[in-house]
Amino acid sequence: MTEQPTGIRPEQEYRAHLADGRFMLLRSRSSGKCMFYPRVAEPVTGNTDLEWVEASGEGRVYASTAVNQRPPTPPYNVALIDLAEGPRMMSRVEGVAAEDVQIGMAVKARIIDEDGSPLLVFDPA
Amino acid sequence: MNGFPRGRTAIVGSATYGIGKNPGLSSMDIAVNASVRALSAAGMQPGDVDALFICLPDNFLSGLTFAEYLGIQPKITENNRTGGSAFLTHLQSACLALDAGLCDVALIAYGSNQLSGAGKLVTPSGADPYEGPYKPRLPVSAYALAASRHMHEYGTTPEQLAEVAVSARQWANLNPDAWMQGDLSVDDVLSARRVSTPLGIRDCCLVTDGGAAIVVTRADRAKDHTKAPAYVLGAAAATFHHNISQMPDLTVTAACESGPQAFAQAGVKPSDIDVVELYDAFTINPVLFMEDLGFCAKGEGGAFFENGHTAPGGAQPVNTNGGGLSCVHPGMYGLFTLVEATQQVTGTAGVRQVEGAKLGLAHGSGGYLSSQATVILGAEETV
Repeated sequence: MTEQPTGIRPEQEYRAHLADGRFMLLRSRSSGKCMFYPRVAEPVTGNTDLEWVEASGEGRVYASTAVNQRPPTPPYNVALIDLAEGPRMMSRVEGVAAEDVQIGMAVKARIIDEDGSPLLVFDPA
Repeated sequence: MNGFPRGRTAIVGSATYGIGKNPGLSSMDIAVNASVRALSAAGMQPGDVDALFICLPDNFLSGLTFAEYLGIQPKITENNRTGGSAFLTHLQSACLALDAGLCDVALIAYGSNQLSGAGKLVTPSGADPYEGPYKPRLPVSAYALAASRHMHEYGTTPEQLAEVAVSARQWANLNPDAWMQGDLSVDDVLSARRVSTPLGIRDCCLVTDGGAAIVVTRADRAKDHTKAPAYVLGAAAATFHHNISQMPDLTVTAACESGPQAFAQAGVKPSDIDVVELYDAFTINPVLFMEDLGFCAKGEGGAFFENGHTAPGGAQPVNTNGGGLSCVHPGMYGLFTLVEATQQVTGTAGVRQVEGAKLGLAHGSGGYLSSQATVILGAEETV
Protein backbone atom coordinates (compact mmCIF):
# COMPACT_ATOMS: atom_id res chain seq x y z
CA MET A 1 0.00 0.00 0.00
CA THR A 2 1.38 3.42 -0.94
CA GLU A 3 1.75 6.02 1.76
CA GLN A 4 -0.72 8.89 1.53
CA PRO A 5 0.56 12.28 2.72
CA THR A 6 -2.82 13.40 4.02
CA GLY A 7 -5.13 10.52 3.44
CA ILE A 8 -7.85 13.02 2.57
CA ARG A 9 -10.81 11.68 0.60
CA PRO A 10 -12.47 15.05 0.08
CA GLU A 11 -16.06 14.36 -0.91
CA GLN A 12 -16.42 11.17 1.13
CA GLU A 13 -15.10 12.78 4.34
CA TYR A 14 -17.07 16.01 3.83
CA ARG A 15 -20.28 14.00 3.58
CA ALA A 16 -19.39 11.81 6.55
CA HIS A 17 -18.86 14.93 8.69
CA LEU A 18 -22.21 16.34 7.54
CA ALA A 19 -23.89 13.04 8.39
CA ASP A 20 -22.38 13.40 11.90
CA GLY A 21 -23.96 16.85 12.16
CA ARG A 22 -20.79 18.85 11.52
CA PHE A 23 -20.09 21.35 8.72
CA MET A 24 -16.35 21.01 8.18
CA LEU A 25 -13.95 22.85 5.88
CA LEU A 26 -10.50 21.82 4.74
CA ARG A 27 -7.73 24.19 5.77
CA SER A 28 -4.06 24.26 4.81
CA ARG A 29 -1.85 24.35 7.92
CA SER A 30 0.80 26.46 6.20
CA SER A 31 -1.41 28.99 4.45
CA GLY A 32 -4.08 29.04 7.15
CA LYS A 33 -6.72 29.35 4.44
CA CYS A 34 -9.93 27.36 4.20
CA MET A 35 -11.22 26.07 0.89
CA PHE A 36 -14.57 25.05 -0.52
CA TYR A 37 -15.17 22.67 -2.17
CA PRO A 38 -12.83 20.21 -0.43
CA ARG A 39 -9.88 19.10 -2.58
CA VAL A 40 -6.80 16.91 -2.12
CA ALA A 41 -4.55 19.96 -2.56
CA GLU A 42 -4.96 23.67 -1.95
CA PRO A 43 -5.58 25.66 -5.15
CA VAL A 44 -2.62 27.73 -6.40
CA THR A 45 -0.14 26.55 -3.74
CA GLY A 46 -0.71 22.82 -4.10
CA ASN A 47 -0.34 22.49 -0.33
CA THR A 48 -1.34 19.04 0.92
CA ASP A 49 -0.96 19.82 4.65
CA LEU A 50 -4.69 19.82 5.03
CA GLU A 51 -6.86 19.47 8.11
CA TRP A 52 -10.60 19.54 8.67
CA VAL A 53 -11.81 22.43 10.81
CA GLU A 54 -15.35 23.11 11.92
CA ALA A 55 -16.99 26.02 10.13
CA SER A 56 -18.74 28.72 12.13
CA GLY A 57 -21.78 28.34 9.87
CA GLU A 58 -21.94 32.11 9.49
CA GLY A 59 -22.16 33.64 6.07
CA ARG A 60 -23.63 36.30 3.81
CA VAL A 61 -25.62 36.02 0.61
CA TYR A 62 -23.37 36.91 -2.35
CA ALA A 63 -25.87 36.25 -5.16
CA SER A 64 -29.38 34.84 -5.31
CA THR A 65 -31.97 33.55 -7.76
CA ALA A 66 -35.51 32.22 -7.44
CA VAL A 67 -35.98 29.21 -9.70
CA ASN A 68 -39.51 29.08 -11.06
CA GLN A 69 -41.60 25.93 -10.95
CA ARG A 70 -44.94 25.15 -12.51
CA PRO A 71 -47.58 26.95 -10.38
CA PRO A 72 -48.93 26.52 -7.81
CA THR A 73 -45.57 25.07 -6.68
CA PRO A 74 -43.65 28.11 -5.42
CA PRO A 75 -40.18 29.06 -6.71
CA TYR A 76 -37.21 27.81 -4.73
CA ASN A 77 -34.05 29.68 -3.85
CA VAL A 78 -30.51 29.04 -5.08
CA ALA A 79 -27.86 31.29 -3.57
CA LEU A 80 -24.13 31.71 -3.38
CA ILE A 81 -23.04 32.16 0.22
CA ASP A 82 -19.78 33.78 1.29
CA LEU A 83 -18.71 31.89 4.40
CA ALA A 84 -17.16 33.77 7.33
CA GLU A 85 -14.03 31.62 6.83
CA GLY A 86 -13.58 32.98 3.29
CA PRO A 87 -14.76 30.41 0.75
CA ARG A 88 -17.95 30.67 -1.26
CA MET A 89 -20.45 27.86 -1.79
CA MET A 90 -23.75 27.22 -3.48
CA SER A 91 -26.69 26.59 -1.16
CA ARG A 92 -30.19 27.90 -0.57
CA VAL A 93 -31.73 30.19 2.00
CA GLU A 94 -34.84 28.85 3.69
CA GLY A 95 -37.39 30.50 5.97
CA VAL A 96 -38.15 33.37 3.57
CA ALA A 97 -39.78 33.36 0.15
CA ALA A 98 -37.25 32.48 -2.56
CA GLU A 99 -37.54 35.89 -4.21
CA ASP A 100 -37.15 37.72 -0.89
CA VAL A 101 -33.61 36.50 -0.26
CA GLN A 102 -31.48 39.64 -0.35
CA ILE A 103 -27.84 39.97 -1.37
CA GLY A 104 -25.81 40.92 1.70
CA MET A 105 -28.23 39.17 4.07
CA ALA A 106 -26.51 37.50 7.07
CA VAL A 107 -27.27 33.79 7.18
CA LYS A 108 -26.53 30.80 9.41
CA ALA A 109 -25.96 27.22 8.29
CA ARG A 110 -28.18 24.29 9.24
CA ILE A 111 -27.85 20.64 8.26
CA ILE A 112 -31.03 19.01 7.02
CA ASP A 113 -31.89 15.62 5.61
CA GLU A 114 -33.00 15.73 2.00
CA ASP A 115 -33.80 12.64 -0.03
CA GLY A 116 -31.98 10.55 2.58
CA SER A 117 -28.74 12.59 2.50
CA PRO A 118 -27.46 15.34 4.76
CA LEU A 119 -27.51 18.76 3.08
CA LEU A 120 -26.32 22.17 4.22
CA VAL A 121 -28.85 24.99 3.92
CA PHE A 122 -28.94 28.48 5.41
CA ASP A 123 -31.48 30.50 7.40
CA PRO A 124 -31.55 34.27 7.86
CA ALA A 125 -29.32 34.94 10.90
CA MET B 1 5.29 40.68 -25.61
CA ASN B 2 3.08 38.45 -27.62
CA GLY B 3 3.98 36.14 -30.46
CA PHE B 4 0.67 36.06 -32.25
CA PRO B 5 1.17 36.09 -36.04
CA ARG B 6 -0.93 39.20 -36.66
CA GLY B 7 -2.45 39.23 -40.13
CA ARG B 8 -0.41 36.22 -41.30
CA THR B 9 -3.43 33.92 -41.48
CA ALA B 10 -6.92 34.48 -42.84
CA ILE B 11 -10.37 32.95 -42.98
CA VAL B 12 -11.01 32.22 -46.67
CA GLY B 13 -14.33 30.40 -46.44
CA SER B 14 -17.22 30.39 -43.98
CA ALA B 15 -20.70 28.93 -43.86
CA THR B 16 -23.60 28.07 -41.62
CA TYR B 17 -25.98 25.20 -42.23
CA GLY B 18 -29.32 24.02 -40.96
CA ILE B 19 -30.20 26.88 -38.60
CA GLY B 20 -33.49 25.69 -37.12
CA LYS B 21 -34.57 22.06 -37.41
CA ASN B 22 -32.99 19.16 -39.29
CA PRO B 23 -34.90 15.95 -38.64
CA GLY B 24 -32.90 12.91 -39.71
CA LEU B 25 -29.48 14.56 -39.53
CA SER B 26 -26.89 13.81 -36.86
CA SER B 27 -24.76 16.55 -35.32
CA MET B 28 -21.84 15.35 -37.45
CA ASP B 29 -23.99 15.41 -40.61
CA ILE B 30 -24.79 19.05 -39.89
CA ALA B 31 -21.12 19.92 -39.18
CA VAL B 32 -20.06 18.31 -42.46
CA ASN B 33 -22.82 20.07 -44.38
CA ALA B 34 -21.45 23.38 -43.08
CA SER B 35 -17.86 22.26 -43.77
CA VAL B 36 -18.29 21.36 -47.43
CA ARG B 37 -20.05 24.68 -48.01
CA ALA B 38 -17.28 26.66 -46.33
CA LEU B 39 -14.67 24.71 -48.32
CA SER B 40 -16.60 25.19 -51.54
CA ALA B 41 -16.71 28.95 -50.91
CA ALA B 42 -12.90 28.79 -50.76
CA GLY B 43 -12.68 26.65 -53.91
CA MET B 44 -11.61 23.63 -51.87
CA GLN B 45 -12.79 20.15 -50.97
CA PRO B 46 -12.23 18.01 -47.87
CA GLY B 47 -9.13 16.38 -49.36
CA ASP B 48 -7.36 19.76 -49.34
CA VAL B 49 -7.60 20.00 -45.54
CA ASP B 50 -4.71 18.90 -43.32
CA ALA B 51 -5.78 20.27 -39.93
CA LEU B 52 -9.15 19.61 -38.28
CA PHE B 53 -10.68 21.37 -35.32
CA ILE B 54 -14.05 20.32 -33.96
CA CYS B 55 -16.00 19.86 -30.76
CA LEU B 56 -19.48 18.31 -30.83
CA PRO B 57 -22.01 18.27 -27.99
CA ASP B 58 -22.27 14.50 -27.77
CA ASN B 59 -19.00 13.04 -29.10
CA PHE B 60 -15.83 13.27 -27.01
CA LEU B 61 -13.70 11.91 -29.87
CA SER B 62 -15.38 14.00 -32.55
CA GLY B 63 -12.03 14.96 -34.10
CA LEU B 64 -11.48 11.34 -35.04
CA THR B 65 -15.02 10.86 -36.34
CA PHE B 66 -14.73 14.07 -38.34
CA ALA B 67 -11.49 12.95 -40.03
CA GLU B 68 -12.99 9.59 -40.85
CA TYR B 69 -16.24 11.09 -42.17
CA LEU B 70 -14.36 13.51 -44.45
CA GLY B 71 -12.02 10.75 -45.61
CA ILE B 72 -8.81 12.56 -44.73
CA GLN B 73 -5.77 11.85 -42.57
CA PRO B 74 -5.02 15.22 -40.97
CA LYS B 75 -1.66 16.27 -39.51
CA ILE B 76 -3.48 18.04 -36.70
CA THR B 77 -6.68 16.74 -35.11
CA GLU B 78 -7.82 19.16 -32.41
CA ASN B 79 -10.71 18.43 -30.12
CA ASN B 80 -10.30 21.03 -27.38
CA ARG B 81 -13.49 21.43 -25.36
CA THR B 82 -13.91 24.63 -23.40
CA GLY B 83 -17.62 24.93 -24.16
CA GLY B 84 -18.86 27.67 -26.44
CA SER B 85 -15.47 29.39 -26.55
CA ALA B 86 -13.78 26.25 -27.94
CA PHE B 87 -13.99 27.31 -31.59
CA LEU B 88 -12.26 30.60 -30.96
CA THR B 89 -9.48 28.77 -29.13
CA HIS B 90 -9.39 26.39 -32.11
CA LEU B 91 -8.77 29.39 -34.36
CA GLN B 92 -6.00 30.60 -32.05
CA SER B 93 -4.27 27.20 -32.29
CA ALA B 94 -4.90 26.94 -36.04
CA CYS B 95 -3.28 30.33 -36.68
CA LEU B 96 -0.17 29.34 -34.72
CA ALA B 97 0.08 25.98 -36.47
CA LEU B 98 -0.44 27.49 -39.94
CA ASP B 99 2.12 30.21 -39.28
CA ALA B 100 4.64 27.63 -38.06
CA GLY B 101 4.10 25.62 -41.22
CA LEU B 102 2.73 22.60 -39.36
CA CYS B 103 -0.29 22.58 -41.68
CA ASP B 104 -1.61 24.46 -44.72
CA VAL B 105 -5.40 24.37 -44.56
CA ALA B 106 -7.33 24.31 -41.29
CA LEU B 107 -11.03 23.51 -41.06
CA ILE B 108 -12.95 24.45 -37.90
CA ALA B 109 -16.46 23.04 -37.65
CA TYR B 110 -19.44 22.56 -35.40
CA GLY B 111 -22.87 21.01 -35.68
CA SER B 112 -25.70 20.08 -33.38
CA ASN B 113 -29.11 18.52 -33.87
CA GLN B 114 -30.20 19.28 -30.30
CA LEU B 115 -33.64 20.62 -31.26
CA SER B 116 -34.54 17.79 -33.64
CA GLY B 117 -32.90 15.24 -31.35
CA ALA B 118 -33.21 15.87 -27.63
CA GLY B 119 -35.33 19.04 -27.86
CA LYS B 120 -33.16 20.67 -25.23
CA LEU B 121 -29.56 21.58 -24.46
CA VAL B 122 -27.26 18.58 -24.83
CA THR B 123 -24.30 18.75 -22.47
CA PRO B 124 -21.74 16.18 -21.43
CA SER B 125 -21.33 17.79 -17.98
CA GLY B 126 -22.87 15.82 -15.13
CA ALA B 127 -24.26 17.40 -11.96
CA ASP B 128 -21.57 18.76 -9.66
CA PRO B 129 -21.63 17.04 -6.26
CA TYR B 130 -21.49 20.36 -4.39
CA GLU B 131 -23.99 22.28 -6.55
CA GLY B 132 -26.31 19.56 -7.81
CA PRO B 133 -28.24 19.01 -4.56
CA TYR B 134 -29.47 22.64 -4.66
CA LYS B 135 -31.00 22.06 -8.11
CA PRO B 136 -29.80 25.17 -9.93
CA ARG B 137 -31.56 25.12 -13.31
CA LEU B 138 -28.36 25.06 -15.32
CA PRO B 139 -27.23 26.81 -17.29
CA VAL B 140 -29.84 29.56 -16.67
CA SER B 141 -29.46 29.83 -12.89
CA ALA B 142 -25.70 30.37 -13.12
CA TYR B 143 -26.24 33.44 -15.31
CA ALA B 144 -29.17 34.54 -13.15
CA LEU B 145 -26.82 34.59 -10.16
CA ALA B 146 -24.35 36.72 -12.11
CA ALA B 147 -27.16 39.05 -13.17
CA SER B 148 -28.37 39.36 -9.56
CA ARG B 149 -24.90 40.40 -8.47
CA HIS B 150 -24.44 42.89 -11.34
CA MET B 151 -27.79 44.46 -10.48
CA HIS B 152 -26.80 44.65 -6.81
CA GLU B 153 -23.41 46.23 -7.41
CA TYR B 154 -24.18 48.51 -10.37
CA GLY B 155 -27.93 49.08 -10.39
CA THR B 156 -28.34 47.29 -13.71
CA THR B 157 -32.06 46.89 -14.41
CA PRO B 158 -34.25 44.15 -15.95
CA GLU B 159 -35.19 46.74 -18.58
CA GLN B 160 -31.54 47.12 -19.58
CA LEU B 161 -31.17 43.35 -19.87
CA ALA B 162 -34.32 43.29 -21.98
CA GLU B 163 -32.75 45.85 -24.33
CA VAL B 164 -30.07 43.26 -25.14
CA ALA B 165 -32.76 40.85 -26.36
CA VAL B 166 -34.61 43.59 -28.24
CA SER B 167 -31.43 44.68 -30.06
CA ALA B 168 -30.70 41.07 -31.04
CA ARG B 169 -34.24 40.62 -32.38
CA GLN B 170 -33.99 43.75 -34.49
CA TRP B 171 -30.86 42.34 -36.12
CA ALA B 172 -32.54 38.94 -36.54
CA ASN B 173 -35.36 40.63 -38.42
CA LEU B 174 -32.75 41.58 -41.06
CA ASN B 175 -31.37 38.02 -41.27
CA PRO B 176 -33.40 35.60 -43.41
CA ASP B 177 -31.67 32.64 -41.67
CA ALA B 178 -32.62 33.73 -38.13
CA TRP B 179 -34.87 31.26 -36.31
CA MET B 180 -36.83 33.85 -34.29
CA GLN B 181 -38.24 36.89 -36.03
CA GLY B 182 -40.98 39.43 -35.41
CA ASP B 183 -41.50 42.36 -33.11
CA LEU B 184 -40.10 42.13 -29.60
CA SER B 185 -40.41 44.97 -27.08
CA VAL B 186 -38.83 45.54 -23.67
CA ASP B 187 -42.28 44.90 -22.17
CA ASP B 188 -42.52 41.58 -24.06
CA VAL B 189 -39.22 40.48 -22.55
CA LEU B 190 -40.19 41.62 -19.04
CA SER B 191 -43.63 39.99 -19.14
CA ALA B 192 -42.32 36.67 -20.46
CA ARG B 193 -42.33 33.68 -18.10
CA ARG B 194 -39.59 33.88 -15.42
CA VAL B 195 -37.15 30.97 -15.49
CA SER B 196 -34.62 31.85 -12.80
CA THR B 197 -34.93 35.42 -11.52
CA PRO B 198 -34.04 37.97 -12.74
CA LEU B 199 -33.98 36.09 -16.07
CA GLY B 200 -37.10 35.19 -18.04
CA ILE B 201 -37.48 33.02 -21.09
CA ARG B 202 -36.74 35.89 -23.52
CA ASP B 203 -33.49 36.56 -21.64
CA CYS B 204 -32.42 33.05 -22.65
CA CYS B 205 -30.87 31.86 -25.89
CA LEU B 206 -32.78 29.68 -28.31
CA VAL B 207 -32.68 25.91 -28.56
CA THR B 208 -32.07 25.15 -32.25
CA ASP B 209 -30.09 22.87 -34.52
CA GLY B 210 -27.34 24.35 -36.60
CA GLY B 211 -23.82 24.03 -37.91
CA ALA B 212 -21.00 26.35 -38.88
CA ALA B 213 -17.56 26.05 -40.42
CA ILE B 214 -14.61 28.21 -41.35
CA VAL B 215 -11.53 27.52 -43.48
CA VAL B 216 -8.22 29.13 -42.52
CA THR B 217 -4.99 29.43 -44.52
CA ARG B 218 -1.81 31.48 -44.47
CA ALA B 219 -2.30 35.02 -45.74
CA ASP B 220 0.13 34.56 -48.65
CA ARG B 221 -2.26 32.14 -50.34
CA ALA B 222 -5.54 33.56 -49.05
CA LYS B 223 -6.23 35.53 -52.22
CA ASP B 224 -6.04 32.30 -54.23
CA HIS B 225 -9.20 31.20 -52.44
CA THR B 226 -11.33 34.30 -52.02
CA LYS B 227 -11.21 37.90 -53.18
CA ALA B 228 -12.00 39.07 -49.64
CA PRO B 229 -10.19 37.16 -46.87
CA ALA B 230 -10.86 37.98 -43.21
CA TYR B 231 -7.41 38.34 -41.69
CA VAL B 232 -6.87 37.15 -38.13
CA LEU B 233 -5.31 40.07 -36.26
CA GLY B 234 -5.51 38.71 -32.73
CA ALA B 235 -6.77 35.70 -30.79
CA ALA B 236 -6.50 35.20 -27.04
CA ALA B 237 -8.20 33.17 -24.34
CA ALA B 238 -8.44 32.97 -20.55
CA THR B 239 -10.18 30.71 -18.04
CA PHE B 240 -11.12 31.69 -14.48
CA HIS B 241 -13.22 28.75 -13.20
CA HIS B 242 -15.80 26.17 -14.23
CA ASN B 243 -18.77 26.15 -11.85
CA ILE B 244 -20.47 29.44 -11.09
CA SER B 245 -19.91 29.02 -7.32
CA GLN B 246 -16.14 29.14 -7.99
CA MET B 247 -16.20 32.31 -10.13
CA PRO B 248 -13.99 34.80 -8.27
CA ASP B 249 -16.22 37.85 -8.96
CA LEU B 250 -19.59 37.30 -10.63
CA THR B 251 -19.41 40.71 -12.31
CA VAL B 252 -15.99 40.18 -13.94
CA THR B 253 -15.32 37.53 -16.58
CA ALA B 254 -12.03 36.31 -18.02
CA ALA B 255 -12.84 38.47 -21.05
CA CYS B 256 -11.04 41.19 -19.07
CA GLU B 257 -7.86 39.21 -19.90
CA SER B 258 -8.64 37.70 -23.31
CA GLY B 259 -9.96 41.01 -24.66
CA PRO B 260 -7.00 43.26 -23.85
CA GLN B 261 -4.59 40.55 -25.08
CA ALA B 262 -6.40 40.25 -28.41
CA PHE B 263 -6.51 44.04 -28.79
CA ALA B 264 -2.78 44.28 -28.05
CA GLN B 265 -2.03 41.59 -30.64
CA ALA B 266 -4.19 43.34 -33.22
CA GLY B 267 -2.85 46.82 -32.40
CA VAL B 268 -6.36 48.25 -32.26
CA LYS B 269 -8.68 49.48 -29.52
CA PRO B 270 -12.38 48.95 -28.80
CA SER B 271 -13.40 52.24 -30.41
CA ASP B 272 -11.85 51.02 -33.70
CA ILE B 273 -14.16 47.97 -33.89
CA ASP B 274 -17.02 48.21 -36.40
CA VAL B 275 -18.96 45.07 -35.47
CA VAL B 276 -19.03 43.06 -32.25
CA GLU B 277 -20.23 39.44 -32.24
CA LEU B 278 -20.64 38.14 -28.70
CA TYR B 279 -21.77 34.81 -27.31
CA ASP B 280 -25.12 35.95 -25.87
CA ALA B 281 -26.34 32.80 -24.15
CA PHE B 282 -28.26 35.06 -21.76
CA THR B 283 -28.91 38.80 -21.76
CA ILE B 284 -26.42 39.40 -18.94
CA ASN B 285 -23.55 38.07 -21.09
CA PRO B 286 -23.23 40.94 -23.57
CA VAL B 287 -23.48 43.39 -20.65
CA LEU B 288 -20.53 41.74 -18.90
CA PHE B 289 -18.53 41.26 -22.10
CA MET B 290 -18.84 44.84 -23.37
CA GLU B 291 -17.49 45.99 -20.01
CA ASP B 292 -14.72 43.39 -19.76
CA LEU B 293 -13.64 43.88 -23.38
CA GLY B 294 -13.28 47.60 -22.73
CA PHE B 295 -16.15 49.03 -24.79
CA CYS B 296 -17.46 50.73 -21.64
CA ALA B 297 -16.52 51.01 -17.98
CA LYS B 298 -17.41 48.31 -15.45
CA GLY B 299 -21.00 48.81 -14.40
CA GLU B 300 -22.01 50.71 -17.54
CA GLY B 301 -22.80 47.63 -19.63
CA GLY B 302 -26.54 47.85 -19.02
CA ALA B 303 -26.74 51.47 -20.18
CA PHE B 304 -24.65 50.58 -23.24
CA PHE B 305 -27.59 48.66 -24.71
CA GLU B 306 -30.13 51.44 -24.20
CA ASN B 307 -31.52 53.72 -26.92
CA GLY B 308 -30.74 51.37 -29.78
CA HIS B 309 -26.98 51.95 -29.42
CA THR B 310 -26.21 48.34 -30.44
CA ALA B 311 -29.24 47.77 -32.73
CA PRO B 312 -29.42 48.29 -36.52
CA GLY B 313 -28.52 51.92 -37.21
CA GLY B 314 -26.88 52.27 -33.79
CA ALA B 315 -23.36 53.56 -33.21
CA GLN B 316 -21.94 50.19 -32.06
CA PRO B 317 -23.56 47.23 -33.85
CA VAL B 318 -23.59 44.10 -31.65
CA ASN B 319 -24.65 40.60 -32.72
CA THR B 320 -25.60 41.55 -36.25
CA ASN B 321 -26.96 38.08 -37.11
CA GLY B 322 -29.45 38.16 -34.22
CA GLY B 323 -27.16 36.23 -31.88
CA GLY B 324 -27.93 33.19 -29.80
CA LEU B 325 -30.97 35.04 -28.49
CA SER B 326 -32.79 35.30 -31.83
CA CYS B 327 -30.77 33.70 -34.66
CA VAL B 328 -29.36 30.33 -33.66
CA HIS B 329 -28.22 28.49 -30.54
CA PRO B 330 -27.36 24.87 -31.17
CA GLY B 331 -25.78 24.22 -27.74
CA MET B 332 -22.43 25.86 -28.43
CA TYR B 333 -22.76 29.10 -30.37
CA GLY B 334 -19.11 30.22 -30.48
CA LEU B 335 -18.31 29.44 -34.10
CA PHE B 336 -21.28 31.50 -35.29
CA THR B 337 -19.63 34.63 -33.85
CA LEU B 338 -16.65 33.98 -36.14
CA VAL B 339 -18.79 33.31 -39.22
CA GLU B 340 -20.77 36.52 -38.70
CA ALA B 341 -17.67 38.63 -38.03
CA THR B 342 -16.08 37.16 -41.17
CA GLN B 343 -19.10 37.97 -43.30
CA GLN B 344 -19.31 41.51 -41.92
CA VAL B 345 -15.64 42.43 -42.45
CA THR B 346 -15.68 40.90 -45.93
CA GLY B 347 -18.83 42.83 -46.88
CA THR B 348 -20.94 39.74 -47.58
CA ALA B 349 -23.61 40.01 -44.86
CA GLY B 350 -26.46 41.04 -47.19
CA VAL B 351 -29.29 43.21 -45.87
CA ARG B 352 -27.77 43.35 -42.40
CA GLN B 353 -24.34 44.42 -43.65
CA VAL B 354 -22.88 47.18 -41.49
CA GLU B 355 -21.70 49.69 -44.04
CA GLY B 356 -17.95 49.96 -44.30
CA ALA B 357 -17.24 47.36 -41.61
CA LYS B 358 -13.52 46.58 -41.65
CA LEU B 359 -12.76 45.42 -38.11
CA GLY B 360 -14.82 42.80 -36.30
CA LEU B 361 -14.54 41.31 -32.84
CA ALA B 362 -15.83 37.81 -32.10
CA HIS B 363 -16.08 36.64 -28.51
CA GLY B 364 -16.92 33.18 -27.21
CA SER B 365 -17.79 32.05 -23.72
CA GLY B 366 -17.73 28.50 -22.41
CA GLY B 367 -19.09 26.83 -19.30
CA TYR B 368 -20.71 29.32 -16.92
CA LEU B 369 -18.91 32.53 -17.93
CA SER B 370 -15.86 30.32 -17.33
CA SER B 371 -13.69 30.18 -20.45
CA GLN B 372 -13.44 33.33 -22.57
CA ALA B 373 -11.86 33.71 -26.00
CA THR B 374 -11.60 36.82 -28.14
CA VAL B 375 -10.71 37.06 -31.83
CA ILE B 376 -10.21 40.20 -33.89
CA LEU B 377 -10.69 39.96 -37.65
CA GLY B 378 -9.92 42.58 -40.24
CA ALA B 379 -10.35 43.31 -43.94
CA GLU B 380 -7.23 43.54 -46.10
CA GLU B 381 -6.63 47.25 -45.45
CA THR B 382 -6.37 46.64 -41.68
CA VAL B 383 -3.42 44.24 -41.94
